[in-house]
Amino acid sequence: MADVDYKEIIHRCFRCGFCKLSYDYSSVGFNCPMYHRFRLETYSPSGLNWLIRAALIKNDIEWTEHLSEILYSCSTCGNCVETCRFEFGEHLVNNFIAVREEILETQRPVPKMIRKFFENVYLYGNAYREPREARGNWAQGLGIKEFEQGDEYLFYVGCVGSYDTCSQRAAKSLGKVMQKASVSFGILGEKEECDGNEVRLLGEQGLFEHQRDKNVELFREAGVKKIVTLSPHSYNAFKNHYAGEFEVFHYTQLLRDLIESGTLAISGKFEATVTYHDPCFLGRHNLEYDAPREVLNTIGGLNLVEMERNRKNAFCCGGGSANFYTGISAKGKDQASNARVREAYETGATILAVACPVCLLMLEDAVKTEGLDEQIQVKDISEIMMESLTN
Amino acid sequence: MGNDSVYNALVEIVGEDYASNQPEELYMYSVDSGTEGPRKVDYVAMPKTTEQVRDILLLANEHRVPITPMGANLTLNGLGLPVNGGIVLDMKRMDRIIELNKLSRYVVVEPGVTQGRLGTYIEKNCPELEHSRPEAPPMATVVGNIVIRGHGFLAVKYGNNASQINGMEVVLPTGEICKTGSFSVSQLPFSKGPLPDLSALFCGWNGTTGVITKLSLKLFPKRKTMDIVGYAVHDVELVPDLLWRITQTDMVDNLFVVGFVFGDSGESPQYVTVCFTGDIDEELEHKKAVFQKIAEEFDRAAPGKVEFLYPVTEMLTSRFIEKPPYVSPALAADFEHGGGYRYCGAILTVDKMPQAWRTGIELARKHGTNFLSGTQIMGYCHSVNFCFVYPFNRADEESMERVRRAMRDTNEAVLAMDGIPWKAEVEAQKLISRKMDPNSYNLIQRIKETLDPNGIMNPGNWSK
Repeated sequence: MADVDYKEIIHRCFRCGFCKLSYDYSSVGFNCPMYHRFRLETYSPSGLNWLIRAALIKNDIEWTEHLSEILYSCSTCGNCVETCRFEFGEHLVNNFIAVREEILETQRPVPKMIRKFFENVYLYGNAYREPREARGNWAQGLGIKEFEQGDEYLFYVGCVGSYDTCSQRAAKSLGKVMQKASVSFGILGEKEECDGNEVRLLGEQGLFEHQRDKNVELFREAGVKKIVTLSPHSYNAFKNHYAGEFEVFHYTQLLRDLIESGTLAISGKFEATVTYHDPCFLGRHNLEYDAPREVLNTIGGLNLVEMERNRKNAFCCGGGSANFYTGISAKGKDQASNARVREAYETGATILAVACPVCLLMLEDAVKTEGLDEQIQVKDISEIMMESLTN
Repeated sequence: MGNDSVYNALVEIVGEDYASNQPEELYMYSVDSGTEGPRKVDYVAMPKTTEQVRDILLLANEHRVPITPMGANLTLNGLGLPVNGGIVLDMKRMDRIIELNKLSRYVVVEPGVTQGRLGTYIEKNCPELEHSRPEAPPMATVVGNIVIRGHGFLAVKYGNNASQINGMEVVLPTGEICKTGSFSVSQLPFSKGPLPDLSALFCGWNGTTGVITKLSLKLFPKRKTMDIVGYAVHDVELVPDLLWRITQTDMVDNLFVVGFVFGDSGESPQYVTVCFTGDIDEELEHKKAVFQKIAEEFDRAAPGKVEFLYPVTEMLTSRFIEKPPYVSPALAADFEHGGGYRYCGAILTVDKMPQAWRTGIELARKHGTNFLSGTQIMGYCHSVNFCFVYPFNRADEESMERVRRAMRDTNEAVLAMDGIPWKAEVEAQKLISRKMDPNSYNLIQRIKETLDPNGIMNPGNWSK
C-alpha cells in the first residue's frame, strides 16, 4: 500500500516537532488534532514514529493496546505531511497506515472499537451496525429516485450521510439542490455499500479491497460513469484508491460548475457571516480549497470570513480515520472539534460552514458541548445553498 | 488507578489524561533527539496551572521523588531527561500568552509557549515588535530557551535571551510560589528593577533550583525591511578580524558563520552571513555599500581571500527573512539520512574561532564523522557560540557512538581553549565543575541545597 517501506525511513524522524504545528505556526494552537487533544509527546506524528520504531524495529518496548490507541488516535488529517520539513515527510500518513496494516496482520492488540468498526462494515456495509435496508431511508418523501441507466450522476451518500441523523440533513439538502438544478442523478439506496475510505486508513487492506471490488462491480452493473459524493472521505476513496474508471466529483465541485454554467441560478439570499472549515479529505488530501469558497461567494448576502487556520493550515475536526465512530481521539472538552468551533466563533461568524458529513456531526456536537449553540450554527454548504434557493 | 500512590496523586492533581506511568510515555520521555538515553523515567505529568506545579513539587518532596522540568526536549544533550528517574514535568500544557505590552515592550508567557507561536502572535498583534527568535525549531519553548541561556537572532545587539528577562514567577523546590524582578514588588513585570537579580537563580541551572511558571520577556523594535549580505572567507584566520570590523559598523542585526567538511570534499570556506534592517530601501542600500567596502578593504590586504556575496542564496533568505522560515537547522539531522546530530556549542572568545575550526576537523577525522560548524556572534563580538556539529545515523549504533566520542573530546578541547560548553550534558557539566574555581562550585552547591533541601530537583545536574 505505502510506496516506501516505513522501516527504511522511520529512523530519520528527528522529533523536531514541525508536525505538531500548522505550516505558518498559527498563534491559535497546535494543528495536529491528536497532539492538541492529548498533549503528551506520545500522541504526535513524531512520537508515533519513535514508538513504532521502538516497538516494531528495535524491540525496546512491547506493542500494547495503549500503543494501538495512540496509533489509532491519529485522524490521518495530513497536517504532518504538509508541515514536516524533511523529504520523507510526504510518507508520514502512509507509514501510519502501513503500520496499522502490520499490527492487524500480526494480530497485535487493537482497540475494541476498531475491530467493531471492521466487523460492522463487513457484516452490515456500514459502521453503525444499521440494517442495510434502512440505508436509503433518509431520502423518503423527497422524490429522489434510484439510480438507473442513463442518469448522468450517481449521488453516493456514504455511511455517515445515510445513517447519522445530523448528517442526513446535508444529504437531503444536496438532493433537493440537485433536483432544483435539474441534475440527472439517482442514488443506490439500500444497495449502497461503505466506500471503505476509513477501513483503508485503519489498515484493513483486505476489507478495503472487498468493499472497493463490491462497489466497482455495483457501479459497473448500474452503468455509473460519474459519481458525485456528499463526503470528501468517499471522494478520496473513489478518486485515489479505486480503479479510476469513474469520473468523481465532490458535490461542491458540481455545484460550482452548475453555477458557472448558469444551470443553477441563485436568486435568493443567505444573510449571515459565514466561516468555512476545510475538510481534510477535500483540502489537504485532494487540494480542493476553492470550490466550496466559490460556491459560498456566489450566495447573495453571505459574508465569508476566514479562520486563522484555513486551507492547507486548516485544523482537522478530529473525526477522520473513524475517530468520529471510535471516539479514541474525539472525546472530552479538549478534543479538536471543540477548539475548532471556538476558533470559528471568534471570527464573528454566526454560521460555521462545512462540506463533509463527518465534520458536520463532529462540529455540531462540539458547538453544543461548548455551549455556543445560541451563537453559532454548523451547516453543510448544501444546507446553506438550499436555504438560499428558497429564501 | 492501581496502588501506585505517586501516580494516583499525580492523577488527582493534573487529571487522568495528563499523568502517565505507561511504558509508552515513559519510553518517549526517556529519550531525546540526540544520542543520550534512554534514561529511567517513572512518571510523566503535564500541569496546567502554577498551583498544580506547586502541588506536584510538594508531592515530590513528600515521597522524595526526583523532578525534571521539560520544555520541548530539544537540547539534543539530554537536559530534558532525568538522571535519576522520577517525574518528568512536561510544561507544554501551560501555554498562555498572558500579556503583550506594546508601550513597555514586553510579553508575559507561560512555560509551554513555543517560539513559533509567540512569533506569530506578536506578528499578528503587534507587528512593530519582535522577540529574539532562536534558530531552534518552532516547537522549542520560549522559557526552555531562556533557562539554558540560549540566544536568538537579535543576539548581536542584545546578547543572549536570558539577559532579556524582566522577571518571572517560579515555584521553588519546596513549593513556595515566588516572583522576581518588578513582578515581586508590583503587578507590572516591566523591569528587573534595582533589585537583587533573583531571575539569574533559574537560568543555566538545568532545572535544579525551581520551575518557572511565568516569564516576562523584553521585545524589541522590528524594522520594516531586512536584507542579507555574505562573505566567503577562504582563510579562517581572517574571520575574527572580519567579524570585529563588521560589528564595529553598529549596523548588524544578526551575524552568523558557517563552515563544513563533508566526506572527502575538503574544507568549505567560512561563510559569514550579515543580516541588517532598515525602514527605507535607501537605508539598506547604504548599509550594503558599507559591508561591500569592508570586503574591498580585506581584499586589498589579503587578495582573493574574502569574497563579497550578494545576493545570497535562497536558503539563507528562507532561513533569516521568510516568515515562517522554511529552512531550519533541524535539517542538519537529515544530512546523512540518519535522523540526528549532536553539537557542542562552545562559548568562546572570537579569536579562538580558527582554532575551534581546526579542532573540529581534527576530531571529526579522528572519530570518522562529518563536521560542520555554525557560529553565532554574541553581542559586539563579546563572545561567540561556536557549534561543533556532528551528524549521525540513528539506525547505526556505531555512528552514534562515534559522535558520542567526538562530543567528549570536543568538550575537553573547548575547556582547553578557555571556552565553556553551552547547555552541557551531564558528562560535560562534570568536566566544567572540575575545572571551576572550588569556591564557585561550592557556592553553586550551597545555593542548590538551600533552595532544595531534599534534593528533588533534577538531581545529578551540576555535580562532580
